[in-house]
Amino acid sequence: MVIRFAGDSGDGMQLTGDRFTSETATFGNDLSTLPNFPAEIRAPAGTLPGVSSFQLHFANYDILTPGDRPDVLVAMNPAALKANIADLPKGGVLIVNTDEFTKRNLTKVGYEANPLEDDSLADFAVHEVAMATLTKGALESTGLSKKDAERAKNMFALGLLSWMYHRPHEGTERFLREKFAKRPDLAEANILAFKAGHAYGETTEAFAVTYEVAPAKLQTGTYRQITGNAALSYGLVAAGRVTGLPVFLGAYPITPASDILHELSKHKAYGVTTFQAEDEIAGVGAALGASFGGALGVTTTSGPGVSLKSETIGLAVALELPLLVVDVQRGGPSTGLPTKTEQADLLQAMYGRNGEAPLPIIAPQSPGDCFHAAIEAAAIAVRYRTPVMLLSDGSLANGSEPWKVPDASALEPVDPGFATEPNAPDGSGEFWPYLRDADTLARPWAVPGTPGLEHRIGGLEKADGRGSISYDPDNHDRMVRLRQAKIDGIEVPDLSVDDPTGDAEVLVIGWGSTYGPIGAGARRVRALGKKIATAHLRNLNPMPANLGDILGRYRTVLVPEMNLGQLSVLLRARYLVDAKSYTKVSGLPFKAEELQNVFLGYISGDYLTGSHPTTSTDVSSGAMA
Amino acid sequence: MSTDLGLPVMGGLDLVPTTTDKQTAKDFTSDQEVRWCPGCGDYAVLAAVRQFLPTLGIKRENTVFVSGIGCSSRFPYYLNTYGMHSIHGRAPTIATGLAVSRPDLSVWVVTGDGDALSIGGNHLIHTLRRNVNLKILLFNNRIYGLTKGQYSPTSEVGKVTKSTPLGSIDHPFNPISLALGAEATFVARALDSDRKGLTEVLGAAAAHRGSAFVEIFQDCPIFNDGSFDVLRKPETKDQRLVPVRHGEPIVFGPQDNRQAVIQNGLGLTVVDAATVPTEQILVHDTSNLELSFALSRLSNQDLTHTVTGIFRNTDRTTYDDAVRTQNHQAKNATGTPDLQALLNGRDTWTVA
Repeated sequence: MVIRFAGDSGDGMQLTGDRFTSETATFGNDLSTLPNFPAEIRAPAGTLPGVSSFQLHFANYDILTPGDRPDVLVAMNPAALKANIADLPKGGVLIVNTDEFTKRNLTKVGYEANPLEDDSLADFAVHEVAMATLTKGALESTGLSKKDAERAKNMFALGLLSWMYHRPHEGTERFLREKFAKRPDLAEANILAFKAGHAYGETTEAFAVTYEVAPAKLQTGTYRQITGNAALSYGLVAAGRVTGLPVFLGAYPITPASDILHELSKHKAYGVTTFQAEDEIAGVGAALGASFGGALGVTTTSGPGVSLKSETIGLAVALELPLLVVDVQRGGPSTGLPTKTEQADLLQAMYGRNGEAPLPIIAPQSPGDCFHAAIEAAAIAVRYRTPVMLLSDGSLANGSEPWKVPDASALEPVDPGFATEPNAPDGSGEFWPYLRDADTLARPWAVPGTPGLEHRIGGLEKADGRGSISYDPDNHDRMVRLRQAKIDGIEVPDLSVDDPTGDAEVLVIGWGSTYGPIGAGARRVRALGKKIATAHLRNLNPMPANLGDILGRYRTVLVPEMNLGQLSVLLRARYLVDAKSYTKVSGLPFKAEELQNVFLGYISGDYLTGSHPTTSTDVSSGAMA
Repeated sequence: MSTDLGLPVMGGLDLVPTTTDKQTAKDFTSDQEVRWCPGCGDYAVLAAVRQFLPTLGIKRENTVFVSGIGCSSRFPYYLNTYGMHSIHGRAPTIATGLAVSRPDLSVWVVTGDGDALSIGGNHLIHTLRRNVNLKILLFNNRIYGLTKGQYSPTSEVGKVTKSTPLGSIDHPFNPISLALGAEATFVARALDSDRKGLTEVLGAAAAHRGSAFVEIFQDCPIFNDGSFDVLRKPETKDQRLVPVRHGEPIVFGPQDNRQAVIQNGLGLTVVDAATVPTEQILVHDTSNLELSFALSRLSNQDLTHTVTGIFRNTDRTTYDDAVRTQNHQAKNATGTPDLQALLNGRDTWTVA
């Protein structure tokens, strides 16, 4: 079941969706969400650019995506209707707030006639509800102003939907009481509006049918609902715990990464220090300075911030100090689409620095996976003394899913192994900061305050071992290769392939947030009796050792990405495989139906001869198929 | 919520471990050969710092020098302490992260007029307003040396350099005014060749808890030779140098021609000391921001009247102390942090 709440950005749609999600999670359904909101905080009221929506997919089986098209659309005004109605399939349920369908509001978005009065919505099961009027009526006795009362209409809508789907409502009531702790009158008013919506559904004949979706069958364990940014924040807290290091976050606010700064600033008690810097460069600089002092330095940002931090990340590569760089990707180039998702920073992460400056890259594949990816990134940073790039994206950051809560006591410890003794191989009693560990090629991490290990490091090239400044040509050649070899030699788990029949001819390989849509597309294809293999890369640098073998086993390798083919460029260059690219950069995730069609085209071989789709436009227009 | 954390007034080095071992300049000298140009003012500053550091009585391993890019930024390589030669303009950011996470360190930033005032201007002002407990030594030679002679943000208007063959046309910064405007709690100036004055200023900077900004006039013999000579030559220096000291009247000049600084409207004027009553002569007060600012602009930057010494020295809670206090308070309020409780959150359900 897919529900989409849509309204003006001032209507509280994100809050409504969020509460419905919590209720649904508590009920035990599996779920996946897609918030979609404008970059403007308050675009002009009632206009198309001001439409904000929240889509929630829930079911009694495990869910991989937020859903392609809604089964139920809640439209709070004409703009929300106009912006979303094209996505509602025939027969879909449409609930509209009729109070906003005034001549002025209709004209504002270009409706010449009221769609509620002509037959343009005849294909849908339309429920007209005067939500504002009903809400105001329900709150008459509270003494609130009409304006304040009307603002609670989103809770009326939530109450109505909660009734339709039998959601538990204790959590929402508790939430409202806490949110409006300083204004108990508003808390009660919102609860009243919520209950009024619930009662309206119960007593109105129009809603003769209520829906019941049974709880999903998930692995046993304790679950909670979590967003990617929250999971990533907890992962950073946990990384401090497993390494035994204080966590230092240096960050500058940027969409869609700011919530990590907000979340971590609440957890000072866990040994986390947060520093809101004057700019992106200072954020990463302070993190690197903290790492030099023996902390786990972290900086969080989005693509434009990575551009600004590049020089400092290069310094971290040269200094060979642990550093975590979290890039919550958004639409680019430049300011691009701040609130929309994209995966177009892969090559920036891989190559976006001057000189040969390799670093490990890890990409989580679901909101909950952001937790584990953060710990894995920290472990590599500490073990190999290197900056690590963690590539999340907007859809992971703001999307949520039920998350099997990890056992904190079972997290594997990582020993930072600080240097405490002089190490010069010539027995001089000196400390050589660039003498490497034979296995990992990592250099010693000697923090200020350690007697006898005073040393100087910097961005200038250093002599192998001794670490003093060196302009020697052979030494530079050796150091460049050593830094590369260190990254290439990082141990990452082998890639596993999901190929149920073991004889699929097409392998779909993805990375990051496309995990859900690719899995959903493959499930649909398999339901049609076709064979397809899937694999998902978490470690993008270095790549798993068995990747080349896997790629060679399949007739066709297909790489769907939310960029113009960045992973496929890497795979083609490194493994000389004729990887096919399927791309989309609309700011929204792939749809399962869309990928299903692409997969089928490659399975049948139709797309291997003649034309094949490379973009979602090709698929939807059917131009290539 | 109040952010008055009730912190006691402390000294700059109060949390840094001390030693009773006898330390000398030699202990603070690294094995690296110093490679500045012959006659560079950096040599004098380096010698002064090597002499000065042992007098602090703190452990050498708890001393860190961080620099950016430029001639002066080679400084850390020549000291046998912990050090980082970072990237252009960013040293204050690195030093901030270090100072916030390590209260047991004495953190110094070595920078130049290009590094601190041009590419790194933003970090400089924000570090000063936050009042992070670190010391910034700005070597001002009014020229870009490492890139071989372009004008800098402190070069005088009309300066003919490789990039300004017809003379520079942009107005320079007044670094002391800038630091005061950026809410700095400690602001001072010294001349590279004045070992005594420089050492005195360094000592006060180290003892100050918070950001200390020290401008050091320093000669570049290759690209801006003799730029501060009027402040060194016996025949001119006495008329131009205005040394100030907290609590003392601001008078200067040769014994037979004493000059005094008096208030004139909202600004200051230099007058013949013999012509004004003593009570009219201003007494220096390092806690008086308006006086400090006026002194920074006693003359144009043509060195006619160049104030040296400590312009401002005042106590304000440091950013790093406040951060650590908030962290401690959060810990005290929470008790033993329970990671599992954090991960569980408030709404969980069990799948059996």
